[in-house]
Amino acid sequence: MESPAEIVQHTAGGMIGASWLMIAFPLLGAAILLILGRMTNRWGHLLGVAMSLASFVVAVLTFLELIGLPADQRRQAVRLYEFIPGMVDMGLLIDPLSISFALLITGVGSLIHIYSIGYMAHDPERRRFFSYLNLFVAAMLLLVLAHNYVGLFIGWEGVGLASYLLIGFWQFKPSAAVAAKKAFIVNRVGDFGLLVGMFIILATFHTLTFSDLGAQIAKSPPSGGAITAIGLLLLLGACGKSAQLPLQSWLLDAMEGPTPVSALIHAATMVTAGVYLVVRSGAFFFPPDSAQALAVSIVGAATLLAGAIIGCAKDDIKKGLAGSTMSQIGYMMLGAGLGPVGYAFAIGHLITHGFFKADMFLGAGSVMHAMNDEVDMRKYGGLRKFMPLTFVTFFVGYLAIIGFPLLSGYFTKDGIIETAVHHQPILGWLAVLGAGITGFYMSRMVFMTFFGEKRWEKDAHPHESPAVMTWPLILLSIGAVFLGGYLILSNRLMDFLAPAVGAPPLSERPEFDPFSTAGLATLALVAVGAGFAWVRYGRAEVPAVAPRGSFLTTFARRDLFGDALNESLFMRPGQWLTRFAVYFDNRGVDGLVNGLAAGIGGTSGRLRRIQTGFARTYALSILFGAALLAGALLLVGNI
Amino acid sequence: MTTHYLVLSGLLFAIGAMGVLIRRNAIVVFMCVELMLNACNLAFVAFARQNGNLEGQIIAFFVMVVAAAEVVVGLAIIVTIFRTRRSASVDDANLLKY
Repeated sequence: MESPAEIVQHTAGGMIGASWLMIAFPLLGAAILLILGRMTNRWGHLLGVAMSLASFVVAVLTFLELIGLPADQRRQAVRLYEFIPGMVDMGLLIDPLSISFALLITGVGSLIHIYSIGYMAHDPERRRFFSYLNLFVAAMLLLVLAHNYVGLFIGWEGVGLASYLLIGFWQFKPSAAVAAKKAFIVNRVGDFGLLVGMFIILATFHTLTFSDLGAQIAKSPPSGGAITAIGLLLLLGACGKSAQLPLQSWLLDAMEGPTPVSALIHAATMVTAGVYLVVRSGAFFFPPDSAQALAVSIVGAATLLAGAIIGCAKDDIKKGLAGSTMSQIGYMMLGAGLGPVGYAFAIGHLITHGFFKADMFLGAGSVMHAMNDEVDMRKYGGLRKFMPLTFVTFFVGYLAIIGFPLLSGYFTKDGIIETAVHHQPILGWLAVLGAGITGFYMSRMVFMTFFGEKRWEKDAHPHESPAVMTWPLILLSIGAVFLGGYLILSNRLMDFLAPAVGAPPLSERPEFDPFSTAGLATLALVAVGAGFAWVRYGRAEVPAVAPRGSFLTTFARRDLFGDALNESLFMRPGQWLTRFAVYFDNRGVDGLVNGLAAGIGGTSGRLRRIQTGFARTYALSILFGAALLAGALLLVGNI
Repeated sequence: MTTHYLVLSGLLFAIGAMGVLIRRNAIVVFMCVELMLNACNLAFVAFARQNGNLEGQIIAFFVMVVAAAEVVVGLAIIVTIFRTRRSASVDDANLLKY
């Protein structure tokens, strides 16, 4: 096992020293757009795109400088300033893992910024949209670049805020407002896990900085209950952000946001932050057969099946894609749970998924744009002739995600499946099954949207989208074709990431084998799934109104009853608790206080009658009082 | 010997107290208060005689001085009340109440 390289303090300046510009540019953009407000309406979107592109340029230059260094020098810590005196120095960690994420975030992010110019062209609040997008990019970069868990957490919360703002961007729609709140609240559960995990790290190791943690763990490999607790709590955080079971329910509702948001935040980048967290905290998920690492794999395998099943029954094209996102992140989690042998495949799938899923989401946005914002696939059909570019790019993304040979998804997903079959056979074969279901639901989506008869609404006039929207689609689909093979063949990504996350020893690194049992079984199942989808949705007529379907269909349509479960397990008891609290407050606390006041008031109202105003009555009471005192003194014999 | 004085003092005090409690005319009530004070004076003087010292007699003089001052203030109040209300009954002056 090759362990991660040591983190070195960066002193040379250069591009790595200036890498904070990557975060500063979009943050500045967000600040300008938010502070200057309506004054920037005319050119705000251009500034947003420019800031995102500037960040991308910085990322590329930093990447080039980093690969110019020898492999054991490729973990550079950049100190920025003292954040919490004596405890946390704010700094950035530029290493192969963080720079891979930075390139994905700024690259795909910039393309989506450009696409949004066209997609949001008719929205009066376009400038606000771009300010939030810039805020998101800045927070996400801080998340992946931070050199300690505190910075990571700030970014983590920042992307949560941006996600909330963007899901609820059309806040005049009640469904969007509710979805935003739901995403925020479910994410709080995960954030709680991450926060407590950080507390335990601080209590155990007295530091939250990656380099100090790495040094301590290298000196004395950790073991025992604290590590298991840290691992499981970090996993809870990852589940919240990455919509993994049991915190998956917010992602499908999050599709209420504008489509570029779904592509950028809820497909390509933010939802993969959980995978980043697990891989970055690899030391706490070590060894790979520990309970916490196994939990990661199990969560991943369960989610990849759940997401795939949900995807099968959704008629809303974006929700179908959201189920698919859940499922694909499940694959990444499964890979990440396998330890250093799986990290490269998990990250590889994360990167290629970022491309082909963003491609498909933007393609879906393009279709919606053409169909008066209709999202129901039962009202599409036959669109390939009307939107050829969108169709071709979507189709490429589709082939990539189902793992069509030689496209991106084929290499990265197959890598995860084969590694899983080798190390965790049961979970591995579940992943094979999941790939088959992926073949079915993605084919269903393509057939219902682009093939078959027209089932449009009367006023639909589909047309191809403008160039500012199609160019990002083309660039993303190029990535969806070639990136996987480039990263996985001859273990290019594994070798690149090895200094940051560790890797199996050189002799044991996997060779890509196109004819392995698992790989062939996956292809066969995908073909069966796609064929079944063709029989049901390609050749046969698709009913314009969804049929009632079997229990299984209802099960999938209602997100595996996830909402019902949350409602009955948490929401209802919570409501009972609040009702009891209100009752207790009104009757108990208020009753006590009001009763006391009323008692005193009533008593004094009666007692004041003693003040009659007759001097002789007072004289009598004085006499009695004096007699009583004298009698008492006589009785105790003190006179 | 002292016992007789004390019995007389007690009787005078009781008569004074009863007068304060049952009479309505402010002048009479006032005189009854004087009676109670003088009952106390008698007791003081009797004890002073029994103990053969002067403290009790000195206190008696003090009581007389206070009583004289009280008469000045008290009679002035009674006269003022009588002028405004055309009555010297203590029960009529009952405005200071709940």
